[in-house]
Amino acid sequence: MTRRPYIRPVRRYSWWLSQPRYVRYMLREVSAVFIGSYTLMLIVGLLRLSQGPAAYESFLNAVQSTAGVTLSLISFIFALYHSVTWFGVTPKAMPLRMGGKAVPPAIIVGAHWLVWAIASLLILLWVGV
Amino acid sequence: MRQAFRQLEVLRYDPDTDSAPHFQTYEVPCQDDWVVLDAINYVKENLDRTLSYRWSCHMAVCGSCGLVVNGESVLACHAFLRDYPEKIRVEPLGNFPIERDLVVMIDDFVEKLRTVKPYIVSKKERAIEFGETLQSPEKLAAYKQYADCINCLLCYSACPQYGLNDNFVGPAALALAHRYNLDSRDVGRSARADVVASNPGIWECSFVGACSEVCPKNVDPAASIQQMKIAITADYFMRLLMPWRKP
Repeated sequence: MTRRPYIRPVRRYSWWLSQPRYVRYMLREVSAVFIGSYTLMLIVGLLRLSQGPAAYESFLNAVQSTAGVTLSLISFIFALYHSVTWFGVTPKAMPLRMGGKAVPPAIIVGAHWLVWAIASLLILLWVGV
Repeated sequence: MRQAFRQLEVLRYDPDTDSAPHFQTYEVPCQDDWVVLDAINYVKENLDRTLSYRWSCHMAVCGSCGLVVNGESVLACHAFLRDYPEKIRVEPLGNFPIERDLVVMIDDFVEKLRTVKPYIVSKKERAIEFGETLQSPEKLAAYKQYADCINCLLCYSACPQYGLNDNFVGPAALALAHRYNLDSRDVGRSARADVVASNPGIWECSFVGACSEVCPKNVDPAASIQQMKIAITADYFMRLLMPWRKP
């Protein structure tokens, strides 16, 4: 008997299209690009602010243009997707045991949402909304 | 009642005659309590005795009958025919070389499993007359989930990282490393770290999470890997901040 194992080719660039769960994973990974570009925009904003009122005004105009708003909206959706999925996996990465028993995953996820809500509230109060 | 049938498209590969695998279709009866493995057994017994595949227990314990059915990595004994459409595509586990038909070569996994020392590393050799080392139910519960692995390799089949880079130690071997690291009787954590904390170890995992989704025993290998990432990062900073402390 011959031993001649067959190695199936791997789709190097399109493997992630073969299953919905891989697509969801790639969407999560690509969220970094949009969150990164949004951060970059904020840094540019700071730079323009340091250059005087006129420069900052033109920056604000650019951000409020259709393209600027669209980009912000896309970044927001990706940031939301990233946060929701990130909180969702926290019980896996940080399982807690109390009194010899596992803390239910819903409580760990819930605690993250609670801290997020409190932090958001404090920031909103701080900036005076 | 009309007898229900399913079209079973099975990937065939004969290393003696084939240059590449091809699909062969069999028509099998679909009984309400039949799983995919029953259909394959039906083919073997009634239609084509040349079909090769692995199975043993028929009850999701032995971990031998892992296959890719309609694109999803499953245990053939755990997948009811009635849940599938008329055409069912049956392939060997993904990411492993095909030995013959539905049989894959798992040597790579076995070798990797060896490297993570999947056994209790004791402080001192204990003579067998001393009997077992006792452990409280609480301490058992700390790792029990990861001890449920049956080495069925569905996780390797579903893991795109392993598909792209077969240096990756992979989900099951790492989950078992974690299982022994968490065991109160074990002192092998730093010995395992050579493999576990290396780049082809936990750091090759980018948390796709497919391994845990296909795992038939709810071992959750993805969780074990993320927990080890945290533990190993903490170890690293502890060593950096307090070099005098023994790990």
